[in-house]
Amino acid sequence: MPLRLGRRFLLAAVSSLTLGAAPAWARGDAPLVAAASDLQFAVEDIAAAFEAKTGMRVRLATGSTGNFARQIREGAPFEIFMAADEQFIADLYADGFTRDAGDMYAIGRLVIMVPHGADLAPDAELDHLAEMLAAGQITHFAIANPDHAPYGMRAREALQARGLWEALQPALVQGENVSQAAAFALSGNAEGGIVAWSLALAPQLAGRGDYALIDAELHSPLRQRMALLKNAGPVAEAFYAYLMAPTAREIMARYGFALPEE
Amino acid sequence: MDWTALELSLRLAGWTVAILLPVSILFGRFLAFRQFRGKAVVEALVMLPLVLPPTVLGFYLLVTFGRNSPIGQLWQDLFGSQLVFSFTGLVIASVIFNLPFAIQPAQRGFQAIPAELREAASCCGMSPLRALWKVELPLAWPGVVTAMVLTFAHTLGEFGIVLMVGGSIPGETRTIAISIYDRVQAFDTDSAAIMSAVLVAISVSTIAVTFALSARIGKRLS
Repeated sequence: MPLRLGRRFLLAAVSSLTLGAAPAWARGDAPLVAAASDLQFAVEDIAAAFEAKTGMRVRLATGSTGNFARQIREGAPFEIFMAADEQFIADLYADGFTRDAGDMYAIGRLVIMVPHGADLAPDAELDHLAEMLAAGQITHFAIANPDHAPYGMRAREALQARGLWEALQPALVQGENVSQAAAFALSGNAEGGIVAWSLALAPQLAGRGDYALIDAELHSPLRQRMALLKNAGPVAEAFYAYLMAPTAREIMARYGFALPEE
Repeated sequence: MDWTALELSLRLAGWTVAILLPVSILFGRFLAFRQFRGKAVVEALVMLPLVLPPTVLGFYLLVTFGRNSPIGQLWQDLFGSQLVFSFTGLVIASVIFNLPFAIQPAQRGFQAIPAELREAASCCGMSPLRALWKVELPLAWPGVVTAMVLTFAHTLGEFGIVLMVGGSIPGETRTIAISIYDRVQAFDTDSAAIMSAVLVAISVSTIAVTFALSARIGKRLS
């Protein structure tokens, strides 16, 4: 009976649909938080602490700030947006996508990071990078996409301030966001890269490479701001408040995120 | 291991197969038996998603279904939700993207049926529907099942198009392929390795099933 297999296949196909088929709104899903990639590890820790304390859950998505801003404009269902650069929040606020002007939650810092055993030595003024570049010894150097990722924009500023931007062009490898740039920088296939300090401090990256904080004078400050979006519900509001509270601030501090007054 | 992403991918693949199964049978049969002017053009159009870069398709879907497009607005008015960045949007994208995989093998399956058999069926007074069920499908089913298996597996692996129209929203649009990408960025190589292994296993079984079934197309007749 040749059709029997066909019927069984149909049955399997149909039953796979019922697997958690309830739509998102019916499941009463946890609110979505869009967080800049430099928050990758910090915000995971904070969400875990939040859940342990309140029993409430949030769902996290991390990526490039510029991409999230575009997605929010196109109607992505996020309830909180934690941007790596406050300009994106200001623009969204001006166009009516956020509830208010939001709050600054950190000043981000850049580091130059190299894998263990690399020839390139990290330093605050990028001197050794300039030296090796002049000697033609830099084949690949990773940064985040300078068109839409704030850390990429600042990396470009710093490299321009040191007059290295043009010379570095052939060697530049761009990550879609700063987390991917870090993965490229430490992959062993590049001499190094410019990434977020918060990532360099994360336990997941500990022991993978060496880094040095880049002189903050070389680029405009990464003033990181977050805001509740128009559709934010009570759980999102609670998480937002938690982000401003001491426990979350301590976790942030562990990842190198500080506010000017701290 | 991101179980939510695997479940989401399976659900997406299931819906895609469920929608494309009737399309596969009816359209595959239509293309196999009918001759008409412009048939080559239709067949070429069906094959187009196979050669189009997924990002190109994703871009057009974003433009067509986006919030500011007429279709996107109509959908918003009708259902109160939007297509881009939603599971529904992914299903639509996936159905379009899988058309060649769903139709081509089914068409081959139907083509393998000798014309005499179909004539005999209609001479015996069988209605077209009855002939489809009693004569054609019992012979063409390996082609149809191949089509559905390919569609299912192909959906699990879809990346570019999902990234373009879906973003990476946990439980809504973060499929297993996207989750692997995310985990690598998060330096979580272990999870990425497990999920990749799961996809390899699924792909290998797909190829095995497809090959076994392709060998059976038309075999029953000899």
